[in-house]
Amino acid sequence: MNMILVIAAREFKTLFLSPLAWTILAILQFILAFLFLTQVESFTMLQPQLANMDNAPSLTDITVTPLFGNAGIILLLVTPLLTMRLICEERRNKTLTLLLSAPLSNAEIIIGKYLGSLGLLALIVMLITLMPLSLLIGGTLDFGKLFANVLALLLLVSAFASIGLFMSCVASNPTVAAMGAFGALFVLWILDWSAGLADKRSELFEYLSILRHFQSIQSGLINTADLSYFLLFISLFLLLCIRRLDKERLQK
Amino acid sequence: MTTLIRAEQLTRYYGKQCAVNKVSFSLAKGQILGFLGPNGAGKTTTLQMLCGNLAPSSGQVHINGFDMLTQPKLAKRSLGYVPDTPPLYKELSVHEFLRYCAQLHDMPKADITAAVKLAESRCGLTEVTDRLIANLSKGYQQRIGIAQAIVHNPDVIILDEPTVGLDPLQIREIRSLIRELGQEHGVIFSTHILSEVQELCTDVLIIRQGVCVLNSRIEDLPAEQSLEDIFIELMQTPSVGDL
Repeated sequence: MNMILVIAAREFKTLFLSPLAWTILAILQFILAFLFLTQVESFTMLQPQLANMDNAPSLTDITVTPLFGNAGIILLLVTPLLTMRLICEERRNKTLTLLLSAPLSNAEIIIGKYLGSLGLLALIVMLITLMPLSLLIGGTLDFGKLFANVLALLLLVSAFASIGLFMSCVASNPTVAAMGAFGALFVLWILDWSAGLADKRSELFEYLSILRHFQSIQSGLINTADLSYFLLFISLFLLLCIRRLDKERLQK
Repeated sequence: MTTLIRAEQLTRYYGKQCAVNKVSFSLAKGQILGFLGPNGAGKTTTLQMLCGNLAPSSGQVHINGFDMLTQPKLAKRSLGYVPDTPPLYKELSVHEFLRYCAQLHDMPKADITAAVKLAESRCGLTEVTDRLIANLSKGYQQRIGIAQAIVHNPDVIILDEPTVGLDPLQIREIRSLIRELGQEHGVIFSTHILSEVQELCTDVLIIRQGVCVLNSRIEDLPAEQSLEDIFIELMQTPSVGDL
């Protein structure tokens, strides 16, 4: 456990030594703040009509849910860039030897790397959460729903990072790793679009679609099926990463 | 003398090609083993197997009595490895990097600062300790590679061609460092420079096409022949397979 934290801390700090982490934080914050303001604007325009409606959507529904939905899509593009160099770059620079000849198990290396990159993603989610919290100055929020959104986004980026790490283990080149991770995530994202065609519904595709589980938690319905989907997803890919690193020693 | 490394019948195949074939040797404390062989003879492969970076196709490695396959963590604890390309995180400073290496070997927090200082002074890195590794010359980077391997004070130090690409002065410094390390540790290093082996080592091991052709103490070698003569003779004799 101690070793995992050592590797994770190093990984997290290294991210901030290059402009990459700062650039991602700045650009994401800018784009999402813009989208968030648009949502707030539309709420103020709709407010008179909402006042006359029964069961009207609340401030939280109109601002928070779209904000986290958009953040999910943008992070789908960004996470592969963050994770692409995790193992791949070490292998290319021959620094992987340092980790492989240190008294560490492969699981410690993989989980350490994973948590390190997850640290930055969690920081991004935290910064996004600050935006709706600023609405408390002049309004009220549904904290249950806000929590559900934060949880959904955290689970989503954790799943993204696990696929990204796996691709970084497999690929010999960071660009290939990023492309692979992006491709896999995009397919999982659009998988349930076929559900729109009434007679061509596939239960399997619907279950596999990451978007469906994300939206289900986002709506405030935190159920075990969705939680276990994400946990299974993450553990599957981390396990594959560890297996892949084992293979490194066996063949070349 | 305590046996630090025991390699038994190490064999490694890359696909169908046999890179290392049944190499056995042992190393005790206070020994410096020179590992010789022409390019592509299997030196690096053997060293990688000793360090647990590569699994042998068959055979066993024991480091300090621990099997590399079944107890890798305990075996690696007493191991310091300098690969042919030193594994350096170039975006870190020398100090940060060595600290990280000490942490990876699970050193107690209280000892790390002293250990890093000692490794830096032994490898002559004290004046560059706050500089970024990326900005240092190849000679310094090589020395950081060695510092990384000795920072946790391992019993066994394995160096893969540590003097390649260094200037004569640096070569001499590294050699005296290896000699110093050999007094309290077991050291294995591979090289192409035969005089280096004659000067430094207590033992010599020569492999050719993956087969060990000579494993002897330096003092047991025939006195009238130089190591170079012996090496060339061994390389020119046709191997059993060729006959």
